[in-house]
Amino acid sequence: MKKYGMILICLLMTHTISSAATNDSTVKIASKLHTEGVILAELMTHLVNHAGAKAIHLRELGGTHVIWKALKRGEVDLYVEYTGTIMKELFPNSRLKTLNDIRQRLLQDNVLISKPLGFNSTYAISMKPEVADKYGITKISDLRHYPDLRFGFTERFLARQDGWQSLRQTYQLPQTNVRGLHHYLAYKGLNSGAIDLMDAYSTDGELAYYNLQVLEDDLHHFPDYYPLIIYRADLAERMPQVIAALQKIVGNITETEMRQMNGTATLDKVPESQVAADFLAKKLNLQIDIPEETLFSRLYQFTIEHLILVSISLFAAIVVSIPLGILAFKSSRLGQIILGIVGMIQTIPSLAILVFMIPLLGIGNVPAIAALFLYSLLPIVRNTYVGLHEISPQLRESAQALGLPPMARLRLIELPLAYRSILAGIKTSAIINIGTATLGALIGAGGYGQPILTGIRLDDIGLILQGAIPAAVLALLAQGLFELAERWIVPKGLQVKSR
Amino acid sequence: MALKTIDLFIPEGKTTIMLGQSGSGKSTLIRIINGLIQPDKGGSVFFEGIPVTPQNALELRHKMGYVIQEGGLFPHLTAYQNVALMAGYLGWPAERIDKRVTELAQLTQLPLDMLSRFPTQLSGGQRQRVSLMRALILDPDLLLLDEPLGALDPMIRSELQNDLKQIFQTLGKTVVIVTHDIGEAGFLGDMIVLLRDGQIVQQGSLPELVHTPAVPFVTQFINAQRSPLEALTGNPS
Repeated sequence: MKKYGMILICLLMTHTISSAATNDSTVKIASKLHTEGVILAELMTHLVNHAGAKAIHLRELGGTHVIWKALKRGEVDLYVEYTGTIMKELFPNSRLKTLNDIRQRLLQDNVLISKPLGFNSTYAISMKPEVADKYGITKISDLRHYPDLRFGFTERFLARQDGWQSLRQTYQLPQTNVRGLHHYLAYKGLNSGAIDLMDAYSTDGELAYYNLQVLEDDLHHFPDYYPLIIYRADLAERMPQVIAALQKIVGNITETEMRQMNGTATLDKVPESQVAADFLAKKLNLQIDIPEETLFSRLYQFTIEHLILVSISLFAAIVVSIPLGILAFKSSRLGQIILGIVGMIQTIPSLAILVFMIPLLGIGNVPAIAALFLYSLLPIVRNTYVGLHEISPQLRESAQALGLPPMARLRLIELPLAYRSILAGIKTSAIINIGTATLGALIGAGGYGQPILTGIRLDDIGLILQGAIPAAVLALLAQGLFELAERWIVPKGLQVKSR
Repeated sequence: MALKTIDLFIPEGKTTIMLGQSGSGKSTLIRIINGLIQPDKGGSVFFEGIPVTPQNALELRHKMGYVIQEGGLFPHLTAYQNVALMAGYLGWPAERIDKRVTELAQLTQLPLDMLSRFPTQLSGGQRQRVSLMRALILDPDLLLLDEPLGALDPMIRSELQNDLKQIFQTLGKTVVIVTHDIGEAGFLGDMIVLLRDGQIVQQGSLPELVHTPAVPFVTQFINAQRSPLEALTGNPS
């Protein structure tokens, strides 16, 4: 049984690894957890597919460095990055100033860049036009004369290097009524008049929706955030037609157009894929067919992805943890070391473990499975150890006195007596695992985390529930299943009531 | 409990009692016999002429049945499975095991329908009968019993003492019983070894201990056991 299980795992592993590895006929396009990035990735996906190649969109990966590493490893072929982000976040110490500096620097990593797509997605200090008109404010330096204005900024903007502190210095701003707000709430606050001014991105859909006025950055405080397509040099050699097809959107998206697309996705809840297709139809006269996706088919796919993550990692954890627990029981010194190490692993935040895995195993479900595996160890190792430890000395002596050798004692007496405890450990692991696996979506592993991430990004409770409810149901199901299994696995003699 | 230097010969085919207060070292001694505890350097145990070592102890235990207080039955196995465990491990054919278990059930007077029960479903006396069956399954030469009746109430205890005596007579095996009960020792034992603080105080039959005590402690120990009728026959003054 165990042997077949291992073979199954090996098969699944090779399958998952091979599907993540570079395949010559596909183009892997990535996006960050950011609506604009998802729309741009969908635009590129449509263009690549239209050019006759096969595009795969790895949606909503955890962050800039996650994608950048995946790009260098070849698990991602291309994505859209902003000049400001490349300069400030990817290479903060390289003092890159111009587009040419960026091109030279990325070439060192065998990465090429396109020309800018058109718009600038920088910070936009915004006000309601009625308020701005009342004071006659059109540019940021005008704010100097109105110290009583109330500002609401995102926490990120308050903390950033080019955020509020340096903005205040650059423009010598006198305002003191500044509070931290969630981006989404800031729009509502501005609209209702609770605040007078907020930070936004110049391409936010809400700017158009609430009809806000963006103040001119007349001292050029904010760096430019021009989006570029950055792609692996080998893709250009392998599939020049793909690079050619992508040229159609280069320099072709205006700030207004991007703002409209963002608004359609975030405010009107139109799927990004549809938003991208509509843009291509209108702007380039390209007809893109989007396959109809039912809720059921989406759910089915998430379930399969989630089950792969949970079952492989849990099975591997069982196979490894039970022997470790036995070892810990048999040798008390080794036991302290084993329990110490698995306990320490558990204290690492799950998100951190996922990110640690990327340099080793890249992105996709393999690193997610590895991280979940590590997370599943402690409850099983610990419960195996405790279950064996709690067997009464009398019973242990009885087994010894019969003349059973140690392995036979373990198999016939000790393990069966510990089954209930071991099973409880596996159950705990499974339930933690099902919950933690939702984070896998951050490194491209899919599963129920995907709709949750999209839902958080779009502030869409319905989407969040599409992931959260099935995950909760799965956890309950696992619980029930283990309780059934307990009746079957735990020896009957340990379940009967005494007379 | 640490034992001091002890030199002891256990006669074949007889029932020897290790008698003493708790902490006298009697349980340690019985565990040294079957190798559960190693004697200190220089000490050794010979079983049928062979020295018991950690290497051969497992093997030799097949010839030494062992019963402990409350039986030490494995709760996940039925009475039958408990009894048959070692025979099954040694690869006996099922019919042979079946025959042997039935034989032992008759010997220990355990009703056959109890065999399919789990230990928690048996009474204390039944558990000890099963435990004795388990100790006898491989037909050992030596039977070691550590306070086998310690946890039973007096009526059951007395009944089982009768049955044990009969069984030992039927089998004619070498038996070693650990107990602190002088009455039980006198009833079951051919020879009594009285221990105190890890040393043998006296060994002999009950009459020898009563009539020619080696030290005053022997008489003290014997008299410490209260007779149930003591209150009635007490000193009238």
